[in-house]
Amino acid sequence: MAETFLRRRGPELFGAATLIASALVFEALIRGGVVNRYIIPPPSDILLAFERVIVEENILTRCRDTAFEMIIAGGASVLVGVPIGVLLYRSALWRRAMEDWIGALAAAPIVLAFPLFLVLFGRSPKTIIVMGFVHGLAPIILKTVEGLASTRTVLINVGRSLKMTQSQMFWKILLPSAMPIIFTGIRLSWTFVLITIVGIEYLINLGGVGQLINELAERYDLPGTYAGICFVILVSVLFFLALERVESWLQPGR
Amino acid sequence: MAAAGSLTSSSIAATPRNVLALRLAVAVFVLCVWEGLSRSGLFYGEVIPSLLAIFASMGKLLIDPIFWRNLQVTMVETVASLAIGAGFGITVGIVLGANRFLMRAFEPVVYYLSPTPRIILFPVMIMWFGVGPASKIALGALSAFFAIALSTAAGMRQIDPILIRVGRSFRANVWQMAFKIYLPAMRVPILNGIRLGMGTAIITVLLGETKLSNQGLGYMIMQVYTRFDMPGLYALLMLVFILAGAVNALIGHSARD
Repeated sequence: MAETFLRRRGPELFGAATLIASALVFEALIRGGVVNRYIIPPPSDILLAFERVIVEENILTRCRDTAFEMIIAGGASVLVGVPIGVLLYRSALWRRAMEDWIGALAAAPIVLAFPLFLVLFGRSPKTIIVMGFVHGLAPIILKTVEGLASTRTVLINVGRSLKMTQSQMFWKILLPSAMPIIFTGIRLSWTFVLITIVGIEYLINLGGVGQLINELAERYDLPGTYAGICFVILVSVLFFLALERVESWLQPGR
Repeated sequence: MAAAGSLTSSSIAATPRNVLALRLAVAVFVLCVWEGLSRSGLFYGEVIPSLLAIFASMGKLLIDPIFWRNLQVTMVETVASLAIGAGFGITVGIVLGANRFLMRAFEPVVYYLSPTPRIILFPVMIMWFGVGPASKIALGALSAFFAIALSTAAGMRQIDPILIRVGRSFRANVWQMAFKIYLPAMRVPILNGIRLGMGTAIITVLLGETKLSNQGLGYMIMQVYTRFDMPGLYALLMLVFILAGAVNALIGHSARD
């Protein structure tokens, strides 16, 4: 039984063991004075700092603030992006004219325009939310168009043979069929939104977890800074895992 | 797809001419709305400057040696970060793509770390590499690494086994296999990875410059913002967007050829 488990999970265990071994090697090198502890704190200090960061720095409250901004920006991206995608799908001319521009918007370094947004919306969560929203819009529009355009012909023919109205066709055939691809767009979009929100929080020193990392770094609290960064990475990974789970649940055949 | 397309309700055909006309119409409409808002007095000061002022600022920027010097700094940092990120990324990608055991052991780590907000690592990079260009290069390299490593690993796994067998049947040595079989077969995924990596490297380098620097386009953006020179800020951002888009399109084009 244990042998089967080891054979099946061997590579993953090896990966985890390598990471732990690397941490131990760093611990030894730092404690031995080979690596300067004022540049890289010992991993044990970082682990101990987790409690301080959670209790004293209120990281959970800050996570709540970031999550609030995420929900507003991500939700607005969906509420605006999906209808725009539907409208573009309905007009071949508009779709062909606008798809490249929306693709360019998705690739543009919008986050760099934060000084402009600061002028327009002030140094407030509004700026962070609007930037997250703008950055998250393009993937949803593009994936909504792609999802609706890839609806199987047989499904549309079934709808027509049942003499469905345009509205019934949309709600009963097109939208359910496009849902998995639209969700891929939502996953991409929310990834962009999260990166933008945490990044802007850090850059303008305002809001949730991004601001905390900036504050800890400015206080030169090294174990705290590293613990904060590890915490944000952990939360991000859990967030992406959850989104992936929902996505694979929506696409059981893939 | 074709049948799905028949559900669209467009009365005008999507011919290239109509598409071009619509794009021009949209561009003219947006510019007119912008100019109208700028002249309306609804916004404080020069929050929405006139198009004339923005283009005048752009012209001034293009003949300003300070702009070119800062552009040069950003370009050097981006190219250096891309070179380092690509070097490590391609190596790690080949190792992960070639070995199933290592792929299962380490690829999930690379995969799940890749979409995390990397700018938060900037304080660490400053501690390791100082406040100069090295910290921006390191952060840019780290950003580029993940996209390139994942793309290379995926490309490595997609190589046609027949090509590998042909190489072996010719008794090609390791170097010949690498340079005659593997790398040419992986050109497109590697270039795509570099394109993605470059996009993130440019953004990260520029963001690093906005946070803590005394040179580069990111620093220049903060200087213009501090002076509340709105036409200058719009002009500079437009130039950065155009440059980033042009480089992105250039690499994308070479990946398609």
